[in-house]
Amino acid sequence: MSAAQAFLDRLEERVADRRNVSGEAEPSWIAARRQAGAARFEALGFPTRRDEAWKYTDVRRISEGDFGLATNADFSRSTAAALGLPIDAIRLSFVDGLFSAELSDLADLPAGVTIEPLSQALQANHEAVGGSLGRLTGVDFSPFAALNTAFAEEGAVVRIAPGAVVDTPIVIQFLSRANAQPVMSHPRVLIEAGARSQATVVEHYVGEEKAANFTNVVGEVLLERGAILEHYILQEAPLGDSHVASLHIDQGRDSRFTSFNINLGGALVRNDLVADLNAEGAEANYYGLFFAQGRQHVDNHTLVNHNAPHTFSNENYKGILGDRARGVFNGKVIVKRDSQKIEAHQSNANLLLSDRAEIDTKPELEIYADDVKCSHGATTGQLDEDAVFALRTRGIDEQTARGLLTLAFAGEVMEQVTLDTVAERVERTVAGKLPERFNLSDLVEVSSESGADSAARSSS
Amino acid sequence: MATEEMEQLVRREYTQGFVTDIESDTVPPGLDESVIAFISQKKGEPEWMLEWRLDAYRQWLKMKEPSWAHLNYPPIDYQAISYYSAPKKPEDRPQSLDEVDPKLLETYEKLGIPLHERAALAGVAVDAVFDSVSVTTTFKEKLAEAGVIFCSISEAIRDYPDLIKQYLGSVVPKGDNFFAALNSAVFTDGSFVFVPEGVTCPMELSTYFRINAANTGQFERTLIICEKQAQVSYLEGCTAPQRDENQLHAAIVELVALEDAYIKYSTVQNWYPGDEDGKGGIYNFVTKRADCRGDRSKVSWTQVETGSAITWKYPSCVLRGKDSVGEFYSVAVTNGRQQADTGTKMIHIGEGTKSTIVSKGISAGNSDQSYRGLVKIGPRARRARNFTQCDSLLIGDRSGAHTFPYQEIGNSTATVEHEATTSKIGEDQLFYCRQRGISEEDAVNMIVNGFCKDVFQELPMEFAVEAEALLNVTLEGAVG
Repeated sequence: MSAAQAFLDRLEERVADRRNVSGEAEPSWIAARRQAGAARFEALGFPTRRDEAWKYTDVRRISEGDFGLATNADFSRSTAAALGLPIDAIRLSFVDGLFSAELSDLADLPAGVTIEPLSQALQANHEAVGGSLGRLTGVDFSPFAALNTAFAEEGAVVRIAPGAVVDTPIVIQFLSRANAQPVMSHPRVLIEAGARSQATVVEHYVGEEKAANFTNVVGEVLLERGAILEHYILQEAPLGDSHVASLHIDQGRDSRFTSFNINLGGALVRNDLVADLNAEGAEANYYGLFFAQGRQHVDNHTLVNHNAPHTFSNENYKGILGDRARGVFNGKVIVKRDSQKIEAHQSNANLLLSDRAEIDTKPELEIYADDVKCSHGATTGQLDEDAVFALRTRGIDEQTARGLLTLAFAGEVMEQVTLDTVAERVERTVAGKLPERFNLSDLVEVSSESGADSAARSSS
Repeated sequence: MATEEMEQLVRREYTQGFVTDIESDTVPPGLDESVIAFISQKKGEPEWMLEWRLDAYRQWLKMKEPSWAHLNYPPIDYQAISYYSAPKKPEDRPQSLDEVDPKLLETYEKLGIPLHERAALAGVAVDAVFDSVSVTTTFKEKLAEAGVIFCSISEAIRDYPDLIKQYLGSVVPKGDNFFAALNSAVFTDGSFVFVPEGVTCPMELSTYFRINAANTGQFERTLIICEKQAQVSYLEGCTAPQRDENQLHAAIVELVALEDAYIKYSTVQNWYPGDEDGKGGIYNFVTKRADCRGDRSKVSWTQVETGSAITWKYPSCVLRGKDSVGEFYSVAVTNGRQQADTGTKMIHIGEGTKSTIVSKGISAGNSDQSYRGLVKIGPRARRARNFTQCDSLLIGDRSGAHTFPYQEIGNSTATVEHEATTSKIGEDQLFYCRQRGISEEDAVNMIVNGFCKDVFQELPMEFAVEAEALLNVTLEGAVG
């Protein structure tokens, strides 16, 4: 248990440091929660391959790492601009887990939107945050959630007032620096969407190329009656980063949650997505895309709990794996007893580009009601040779044909994306990451430019 | 809807529950090395076999009962089970059908499978396992002519030690899992089939297992070996009398297919599922595995599971040989408080290996059913192909249907497809049948049989008929 102990020692140092700086103790409930998290983590330790939920994912990269904690949030403005999403947005930035006011753009918030870094929200009125924080993701969820609870000090608090329709996307940006000593961060994301409100939130993970940090996020989302939320995880973390994230969504009546979980970066990535459909009419849509190469390891665990009748869920995950990358998909749908009139669909398709890549997929259904329509499907294979042939008969050379088909494979998920900037960026990254011989980046560039041109023409 | 009528049907007592009164030669409950030595000595086994059993027992002692299955049952007291029971005077075993204890024959009569009739009419050799000792084996001579060995495993241990030494435990090792280790230590009987090179077994082989004496677990062990280009079709059918105490059943089936061999293994399982509170049913923990060792070998598992209180069963194929083929066709029906966690494993190791999985689950009443499957494609299994379909049909709002399909794919030339659906019987389909004057009961049977058609097609003729009837009986009155 020495690995876990090292992390706990680090926690003690941090708490002491903080007390010395601020000169006062934390509110008692925060301290108590920290203790509970630490105790739970100490009891559980890091998960091993013997734990069913971690059967295919080895976390030694994290447990054996020596991670410090960031002490400042300095980051070059130009690098940040180059890394960030080029989109007109309400922006909240964190550097290695610490809030950066300089890189954030919180001026002129639209009516009905409150966005604060967690530290400020706690300072202003810690009791107002205390109720919702940790309500959905307790320390029992996973050892990493416990670890996060023990360390949590910063994060994003987003509140959308009832009835507010927010057109401007809200981007929460997490930047990872190339530090001399790798650091870890344990941010929290708390989103409360009021009744009939509508908003788009993008969690964007990106960083300096040489970074090798560990990010451990816990997100909690509460959707009240009729709220609509589009939630993006655009994970483009540096290839040395370890990234563990969980997102727990609590859905009220007639609410609609749409998740885009796009994973392109990171050396070791684990995402947990849990939606509780707690009242009639609630709907959850999960769209996911992961593209891993080299020795990247991407693990996506998703869960939908149909806790009420007349709820709907739909899931579509696509994975592309090259080189020696490994992908894991575990999708689970649970239909509770008496949750009748449910529809739940789940699909996972994977494309293996190399013989040494591996995918472990497990689409699960657990159903305790009879008036349901549930389906799931999983496929793994290579590109359709007939399709390659069809393109070649039209004079497209083989490599380009394969590249195009790979892009089209990802396209089935990407076409659901409503933020064009995100879709374009992902498409370009996927094209750019494809093996050299596919060399498609130019093609995408051209097509998107010509698309912009034609749009410009039609508008004029 | 005639709910009362339905309820009556649901409550129908297990029709094949009766007890034949034959004195059993039973050891007192409990398990230790002396019991194993007793079993081994009773069976007249050589020394090395006893050592083999004891080794398994010692491994078992260190193992923990698995808890990962989606099953819920009170802990089993392994010391409260009697591990050996044989019909009286095993040394006076009848040499022909005429010598068989009339009471035993009566049992078969009640089951509707009179031994002589069946043997004569269907041309099936029956190695009837009554509790733990093979009572009679028919058609032995005809098989011997073809060079096929079909006998009880105990005989095989005595008569063909070389084959046993070579193959026993080579597919399911002694320490494979908790129940396999237990079986390896205490197995009392089962069948042994050896089909030599180039021989197609002249008839379908069949064993009827019965569990009879109360409190005795039945631990069969079946070993089937098909040499190069040999073929065999093996049928296993089971029914058990009604008992109040849970009866433990932990069997092992090992299949070995060498080059170009083909083994077809069909099971109809109709053990006592327990009363309406789920009390008294059979616990069925079975390890079934086939090893497709040779190139182009093929193994096909077909099962119809309607009985048992608890089913824990995953017939698997290890596709080692190049272009070898594994198939799994399953219909599982649970009603009342039955629980089934069943599925298959297809381990693709060789190049060009193919597997097909078709699993149909029907859960009614308060029952719970899980499909748990693994498709693993190794890095060397180039061009491997798998198709999986598992559909669940839910009847009644207290039933549960679950799917846990694991897929581990480590090869880019592999193609793996998995599809699953869960739904209830379509109201439209029912309505369509009803408006044509078909009773609801018949309509449900028809729809369910249609749902299972893909699997029934794979069953040998006489089994298919039996299976359909069994399905109808099991589901009678489940809709309401």
